[in-house]
Amino acid sequence: MNDFITYLVSGVAIGCAFALIGSGFVVVHRVTRVVNFTQGTLAVFGGLIASTLLKGALPHGIAEIVAVLSAGVIGLIFGFIATGKRGTPPLISLLITLGLSTLSAAFFILFWGQNPISPPGIGGATDVLGARIETQRLLVVVVTVIAFVVLSLFFDRSYVGKGLTAAASNPRAARLVGINVRWMGFLSFGIAGVLGGLAGVLIAPTNAVSFASDLPLALGGFAAAVFGGLVSVWRTLLGGIVLGVVGQLVAGYLSGSYQTEVALLMMLAIMIVRYKSLSAEEAK
Amino acid sequence: MLTVTSLSRAFGGVYATKDVSVTVPEGELRGVIGPNGAGKSTLFNLIGGHLRANAGSIEFGGARVDRLPVHRRARLGIAIVFQGARLFPEMSVLENVMVGANAATRAGAVAAALRLPSQRNEERGIRQRAFAALGRVGLAAWAERDAEALPLGQQRRLQVARALMGEPRLLLLDEPASGLRAAEREDLSELITELHREGMTIMLIEHDVSMVMRLADKITVLDLGEVIAEGTPAEIRRNQRVIDAYLGGEAAHADAE
Repeated sequence: MNDFITYLVSGVAIGCAFALIGSGFVVVHRVTRVVNFTQGTLAVFGGLIASTLLKGALPHGIAEIVAVLSAGVIGLIFGFIATGKRGTPPLISLLITLGLSTLSAAFFILFWGQNPISPPGIGGATDVLGARIETQRLLVVVVTVIAFVVLSLFFDRSYVGKGLTAAASNPRAARLVGINVRWMGFLSFGIAGVLGGLAGVLIAPTNAVSFASDLPLALGGFAAAVFGGLVSVWRTLLGGIVLGVVGQLVAGYLSGSYQTEVALLMMLAIMIVRYKSLSAEEAK
Repeated sequence: MLTVTSLSRAFGGVYATKDVSVTVPEGELRGVIGPNGAGKSTLFNLIGGHLRANAGSIEFGGARVDRLPVHRRARLGIAIVFQGARLFPEMSVLENVMVGANAATRAGAVAAALRLPSQRNEERGIRQRAFAALGRVGLAAWAERDAEALPLGQQRRLQVARALMGEPRLLLLDEPASGLRAAEREDLSELITELHREGMTIMLIEHDVSMVMRLADKITVLDLGEVIAEGTPAEIRRNQRVIDAYLGGEAAHADAE
């Protein structure tokens, strides 16, 4: 029973990271129609930058915030490279993000080496229904929920958020009312960077990250995003959590090496079942 | 206000507009008429930035705008209402109109980005203005509905309301009356007259020639992409070239109906 709760909570925590990464996919895809394959890379950036800053004696909190914002800036730059040239088709932009993510892996090895790195988290453990759970994992869940609330308030209430929603809804009409749709695209990459960075910073203390983490993180995030039809942020959260929990249960009771396969299977199943609604979304 | 000089645009060797020059002074209501394919909509698309000219220039408020993208021209105060609806389908009617306030932030994107959501007063102001704009076009009762659910004629009125939110200095109306019933046409004419009286510069493309004759200060007549006449409604009515190219045919057509 204790084992089960441990798997459950750590699954929810990893699922939250998938959801943050997945919502990055959603935000960029809605505004630019590009599937941003640097999404996992941005999470790795977040985790690794945080580890370096913490070693450089920045206090907890500040280091993590700086790391998240740095990931946001890197996301912005990636967005500019991938979609900056006017009229670049989404498929070409996708290939550019794929290239950027490969380049970044080389960059990670150059600066941080090949070994997985785990920056210190908040440490300690908390009792949850009799099971000892690392407090960091609970922090992941709390911060993710806050991030999702802020994200949806941002889209519904803020001036820029409404501009992003308008640009996503109908780019031609958005231009008519004076919205710079290209800038909104860059901005969406920046937001994706912040979301990815946040995921990396939160997850790295319990699940060490390295240059090779970008693919499993991106896959998990993408599966969560597909669960949300690549449009719904809240369904992405649900998808991430389902995926995280199933993955942890499989890892706990069967074998740890099946996690990525579980994500892939889930993604394939959803894509085949929901194929029609996904392609309808594409057609718009 | 608007000076179009020798504007040309060709599609695959065929000129949609050829050497078109039009000057619209501030506060004027300019009618633009001509048979199908005369290049009226192309002219509007060029002014709004949806198409790039092959040659010629467009000056607006004393500055060249012909190289600016659509959203920059919108911020300068050029608003277009297209025949086809260009709405945000997932938003309510009111939200669609509120988004129109973007064009009024002439300070540009950076200033807009720095505005915080906490500025509730501004939000409330925009909401009130959006309601007022909907009232002007007679859609106040529809404010909370989905924009997609509106019939086409009302979607166009919604576009007018959205354009008004941007406080445009030049309003381009591309056949706003097409597909409307007689009573709706009357309301629309009244709205256009009212905006004109308030000093807005307006260009109006309309198939309903009698409506244009009634509303416009001056009329520009296009045929096969070229300006064939320009003058007051009375002058246009008497112009032989116009009668031959267009009005004659139209009158005969009207008789046949």
